[in-house]
Amino acid sequence: MTAIEDYVARIDETCGKERDFIVVLKYEKKDEAIAKILKKAKIQKTISSIIFELTFKDISFRLYRTGKAIFRKLKDKGELQDVLIDLLL
Amino acid sequence: MTFDPYKIREDFPILKRKINNHPLIYFDNAATSQKPKQVIEVIKNFYENHNANVHRAVHTLSQEATELYENAHEEVAKFINANSIEEIIFVRGTTEAINLIAYSWGLHNLRENDEILISLMEHHSNIVPWEILSKIKGFDIKYVNVNEDGTLSYKDFENKISNKTKMVCISQVSNVSGVVNDVKRLAKTVHEHDALILVDGAQSVPHMPVNVKDLDVDFLAFSGHKMLGPTGIGVLYGRRDVLEKMKPFHGGGEMIRNVFFDTNTRRCVITWNDLPWKFEAGTPNVCGGVGLMEAIRYLRKIGMENVKAHEEELTRYAVRLMRKCEKVKIYGPKGPSARCGIIPFSLDDLSSHDVALFLDNYGIMVRSGFHCAQPLHEIFGLNSSVRISFYIYNIREEIDRFIEVLKEIEQI
Repeated sequence: MTAIEDYVARIDETCGKERDFIVVLKYEKKDEAIAKILKKAKIQKTISSIIFELTFKDISFRLYRTGKAIFRKLKDKGELQDVLIDLLL
Repeated sequence: MTFDPYKIREDFPILKRKINNHPLIYFDNAATSQKPKQVIEVIKNFYENHNANVHRAVHTLSQEATELYENAHEEVAKFINANSIEEIIFVRGTTEAINLIAYSWGLHNLRENDEILISLMEHHSNIVPWEILSKIKGFDIKYVNVNEDGTLSYKDFENKISNKTKMVCISQVSNVSGVVNDVKRLAKTVHEHDALILVDGAQSVPHMPVNVKDLDVDFLAFSGHKMLGPTGIGVLYGRRDVLEKMKPFHGGGEMIRNVFFDTNTRRCVITWNDLPWKFEAGTPNVCGGVGLMEAIRYLRKIGMENVKAHEEELTRYAVRLMRKCEKVKIYGPKGPSARCGIIPFSLDDLSSHDVALFLDNYGIMVRSGFHCAQPLHEIFGLNSSVRISFYIYNIREEIDRFIEVLKEIEQI
């Protein structure tokens, strides 16, 4: 059975009051994961084909071609996990 | 020796790498430095030919490893002009060195009504151990203010130091702004108050000449991995008379002379080893020490004055070009000689992590976030910042490329 761990190598939570979550996709699965995310999320803006500004279920986030994504203003890691499950599985 | 960064670059295998199909530009030197092939080779050679435990055995390999490990202490002592290896303790890094002082000195010497001074520009590693200890011992911590440009408020320092002050904890160079503090001036005032001064040299020792006798400091802590050496090895310099009065930090092998079992009390009576081994419990990081020795030899060949001048030149060049970028705001002091190869900045309302990820896409490695110095960011009114930091192998062409990408980010 597929799990988000198949696509996600690491989730970093940044320091400070306004905490961001940086999701690092597994290098060998990043293209597949990016394709899945782009299929489900709505593209607001594409910058130099490097960054995609996306929205999904009222959540805004940025996805990078290098296989990293930044999520902001999420309640906690649990909410992020739920979003990733919806996007990747 | 003539300083030639292009020639130096040939010694660093990692600089041949491509990241995301772009040549690697490494501007995260304040976090850790890259390693020259001379250091890599020495580490390989140690494990292939000399590996053994030190100070434990009479066999040839142990003698060789011991000699190398002790020579490493000698090399460090010469590098910072300490009196002898008795004043050089090998630790894991700056953080462990500061914790050693907190627990070996602070735990036994600080009490209620005592004060220590810490600057607000400190790395968390020079704040957190003291905050933990103050909860145990009940002493007070006074934080010395930082001016708007990131420089230390000497006026506030003079106002806050008193006869209650027992220790002053200060970095020689800020890891966020690159501000260089006048440690010699601070040490003079500290000693006039019969207090001790601990200097965090993590960002200074790798980048400029540091002479502990000239500065007249009691403690100096720094890390090997930020100065071309391997990770897991660092140094605590301590004035011999202060170290001799201090209790050990960790207990175990190496740091003891005798563990005598008294049959009357049915307890062990322990006597400590001589300096510096009294503070190096357990099997030490022998190979780390050997790697650090080679790193120092490499830096000595170049000359620390040359290292400092090169970084100042790069800083001047980068700041001049970055000021032409409309949306870039640089933090810290204005003059390049007032900062040590470190430039923190923000770009409009973009998050620091966004800027760093964009640069990463072009193979440019920078640091984003708080850089383990949240109080200073609060003074700057920032949630986080992007930091570029230079070393001996960085060149102007890399800065040109960085500026090109920065201008592209400005278009977002």
